[in-house]
Formats: sequence, structure tokens, C-alpha cells
Amino acid sequence: MDLRELYQEVILDHGKNPRNFRFPEPSNREGQGYNPLCGDRITLRLQLDGDVITDVGFQGSGCAISQAAASTMTEAIKGRTVADAELLFGQFHTLVTDDGGPEPNMDTLGKLAAFAGVGEFPMRVKCATLAWHTLHQALEGDDASAPVKTE
Amino acid sequence: MTPALRQAAAAAGAEPAAPPAFDVERVRRDFPALDQTVHGKPLVYLDSAATALKPQAVIDAVTGVYSRDCANIHRAVHLLSQRATAGYERAREAVRRFVNAGSADEIIFTRGTTEGINLVAQSWGRANLREGDEVLITGLEHHSNIVPWQLVCGQTGAHLVVAPITDDGEVRLEDVKARLTDRTKIVAVAQVSNALGTVLPLRPIIDAAHDAGALVLVDGAQGAPHVGVDVQALGCDFYALSGHKLYGPTGAGALFGKRALLEEMPPYQGGGDMILSVTFEETLYAEVPHKFEAGTPNIAGVIGMGAAIEYLEALGVQAAEAHEAALLAYGTEVLEAIPGVRIVGKARDKVAVLSFVMDAAHPHDIGTIVDAEGVAIRTGHHCAQPVMERYCIAATARASLGLYNTREDIDALGRALTRVQEMFG
Ligand SMILES: Cc1ncc(COP(=O)(O)O)c(C=O)c1O
Repeated sequence: MDLRELYQEVILDHGKNPRNFRFPEPSNREGQGYNPLCGDRITLRLQLDGDVITDVGFQGSGCAISQAAASTMTEAIKGRTVADAELLFGQFHTLVTDDGGPEPNMDTLGKLAAFAGVGEFPMRVKCATLAWHTLHQALEGDDASAPVKTE
Repeated sequence: MTPALRQAAAAAGAEPAAPPAFDVERVRRDFPALDQTVHGKPLVYLDSAATALKPQAVIDAVTGVYSRDCANIHRAVHLLSQRATAGYERAREAVRRFVNAGSADEIIFTRGTTEGINLVAQSWGRANLREGDEVLITGLEHHSNIVPWQLVCGQTGAHLVVAPITDDGEVRLEDVKARLTDRTKIVAVAQVSNALGTVLPLRPIIDAAHDAGALVLVDGAQGAPHVGVDVQALGCDFYALSGHKLYGPTGAGALFGKRALLEEMPPYQGGGDMILSVTFEETLYAEVPHKFEAGTPNIAGVIGMGAAIEYLEALGVQAAEAHEAALLAYGTEVLEAIPGVRIVGKARDKVAVLSFVMDAAHPHDIGTIVDAEGVAIRTGHHCAQPVMERYCIAATARASLGLYNTREDIDALGRALTRVQEMFG
């Protein structure tokens, strides 16, 4: 088992120095994520203009994987449409869970491809997907007072 | 052996019998699960507080039930049922000896500590708690000694009161006493904290509770395997334990309750085996303990738990405790010598648990990295979220000890944590 497959440089870097670790002003969507297994928490806020995510940021605490996943996600979706973001989520999900979805496109994923090693560590998949589930909830405009849980 | 006895033995020309020496290498050979590699490394099992590994004697006892004495208990005259019933009741006697109850009728078999506490909360609690009454617990309880009380408080209008813990993770007698009032009906406390390893000052807590007119339930899930118990010397009214933390199978545990209380309490669940006679108009309940054992129990699990206790008795519980105490001291030293590691929970009286956090890495990342080195520890809130909140952390990494652990295991943990430093430092 090669830990470097899991803890790629990109992940260590974003885990230590998360980008967009702030709330955008103004913002009009919010999602909350909580992983009861390990206590990871994130709050994600975004500004949606029409169907474009013009700004996004998060606050929270958790393991390197969960923080890096949130950080790289904010970079990846900023300036994208909602449809693009959901598409990325699908690709990312397949990348880390091998759920039989369409073969992920590494070019589309860009930096997110660094999470490919997570699939080898089943106990860590939820850490990687927490931010994305939270994004999905924020975009759907579900009741933000009920945090999504990755279980 | 007393000096006088030893003298007498020497005078008679006999060698005084030495106390059984604790030979950890021999003990390790009794636990087949230790003999494996994980991720290509020899397994280092430091998660006994979650569940302990099982000795061959326990595995054989369970296999024996299914391969020979496979029958329901208390129900048939055929020989297999007689053997199964005898094994089951022998386990009850083993638990009685282990906790030193006055009578085997005071031992109720359960699924584990969780069910034991729920039984008391629902049976005794619903019958005895009233609006405005108080249930006193401490700040270091496992969720299973919090939630059952919250449930029964919701049903009866009683209140849950919490005695706080100190920065070191201790429960001070004054803090318990200060919360005992004439409305306190029961005090529910852990013997040992699973998250911090703290050993609570049970005897003075129980005396103070009784002086205030309250009963005491002890959560012995972690205490039973590492400290042992004498319920008569302690004077507690209820004591719950889990067989699987005591080197027995999962799904079997026991609840001790004082006979007079058990006799007064209504049944917890209704069904077969807990009755004397049933008509549609009226059911007469069986005597204790059977009144509380509705339905076909985990027969093999209970018999395995009995075998685990007999294994521990043969080993010498005190020798095992001394071995673990020495390891805990060594482990504390090793962890404290690693820069950036902080131990959470520094009670003066402490057993078997090393909870810690690291500056460089989140506990979950620590868990993954040490697992790759073959070292199994637990990470998370350990079902004690209020404890984590008390120390303003979301989680800890926890190495916990069993009687088969060695200094080499601790060294392996130390090396694995150095790997964490390299990766994240
Ligand atoms: C202190 C304490 N109490 C209660 C429990 C619950 O035990 P079980 O899950 O075996 O019912 C545990 C086990 O995790 C524990 O450590």
C-alpha cells in the first residue's frame, strides 16, 4: 500500500493551506456537511448569479483529505455553471469510488485527479466526497439547517 | 502466600508456590488473530478498548456449542439441551465469581453494556423516576451511558445532571457531591473512561450517592477488563459489562443488579423464557434473573464469555493488570518524547488508554498512516462527543492496550508516528 498514492503533493499542500478558506461576500447559497465518523465539518457558501457560480468559499475543520477536497473543489467550480459543477461531481465520484459511472476524464478533472488514490482506502472515500455532497445540497437549495452527512 | 504460610511450606520441605509469572509471549500464542500480517507488516493491535482479540479457548468454546452442544436452553429434556443449559449457567457462575456478586441470580445476561444500561433505564427508571427527579452522570461518559438516560428523562420528566471533568480528565468527588440533591434518584458513572483511560474514584462516589439516597449504576465496559470489580466491596446497585471487551465474543454481556432491586423491577422485554405461566388474562413472570431474559439468548456468545473469564482467571488477573500498567507507563514516555504529540487525558489513576493528538496531522490521517505500518488504532470521538467538546477537539487518535501487547508494539506505534511527522511535518 503506497501512502504517497493517497497523500499526493497537491493534497498535502491544499490540506495544509486550503484555498478560498473564507466566506464570499455576498453569498446566496449555503450548505453544511458533517461526517459523524471522524468529526469533519464544513460550511460552504456560494454566490450564484443566474446559473453561474461567481464566488465560493468554505470554513471548517477535518482531516487533510477532507480539507484538500473542499479546497480543490472551490477552485474547480469557481466561474463554472451549475451544470458543469454537477458534471464534475459525477466524475469525481467515479474517480474516488469506482461506482461504475462513465470513465472519468483526467483532463476535465485537472487537479482533482490527485484524488485517484482515495479509492484504495475505502474508509477515506467519505472524507473526499464530503465537500461535494455539501455543494450538491447548497445548489439544490435543500434545507441548509439539516447538514448533509456522509454515511 | 503469607509469610507464615511460606515458612510453614519451607519447614515442610516444599518449595513455596511462586505467583504465576506473566509470560506475554506465551499469552500471545493463545490469540490466533495476532498471527497475521496487514499491509505486509506484522499486526500490531492497539484497539482493545473497541474490542479485544479472542483467545483460542474462547473460539473453541463457541465452536463447541455449534458443533456439539447445539440446542436451545431451559426448554427440552434432551441431552444436547441439558449440555447447552449447563454451559450457559456455568457462564453465569463465572460472571458471578468475576464480579463477586453474592448470588448468580443477580447476574442477567445481555447483549452488552449498552443493553444493560438500557435495561436499567427503562425498567427501573420508568418505574421510579418522576417529574423533577434527577439522574446524575459525569462528563466523561460513553454515549451508551448518556442516551438511555436522556430517553428515560424524556419519558418521565426527570432531568439529566452532569458532573464536569477536569483538564486532566479526572472526576473530582467534590464535583459529584456538589450535584447530589434530594432529587437525585440514580447516579450512572463509568468505572474507566474509554476515551481517556481515567479510573474513577468509585467507592467514595457510591458512598456519597447512597448517603444522598440515590442508587448507583456503574458502566464497567472498560473497567471489567482492566481493573476488575468486586460489586459487594464497591456496594454499587448495578454493574454493566460487555463480554467482547473482556476477550469474549461480541453480542454477549452481563448486568449485575442487587436482588431486592431486580425483584421489584418490571420486566424489560416480554417473551419466552421470562414467564412462569401465561394466559390471555394474566402472565406471571419468572424469578430473577430469568424475568429479564426474554427470548432465545446468544447462547454461544454467553458460553464464550464464560470461557473468556475462565481464561483470565487461569492467567491471573492481577499479573495481567501489572503488565498493562507497565506498558501504559512506557507508552506514555514514548509518545511524550515525540515532538508535536499531545496526550489527552492525564489522570493520575489511569489504565490501558493513550489518547492523543498531533500538531502536524488530523487523527484520521494518523490512523491511515499508522495502519499502513500494520498498527491498528482507533481515531474519532470514541462515542464520547462531550469529552471531545470539553477539550475543544473533534477527535483523537487512541491506542489502547490488551494483555497481549508488548513494548515492541509501543515501539512500532512510535515509529509509525514518526512516519506521520515525515509526511505532514
Ligand atoms: C465506557 C464504555 N461504555 C459503554 C460501552 C458500550 O459497550 P457495548 O458497545 O459493548 O455495549 C463502551 C464500548 O464502546 C465503553 O467503552
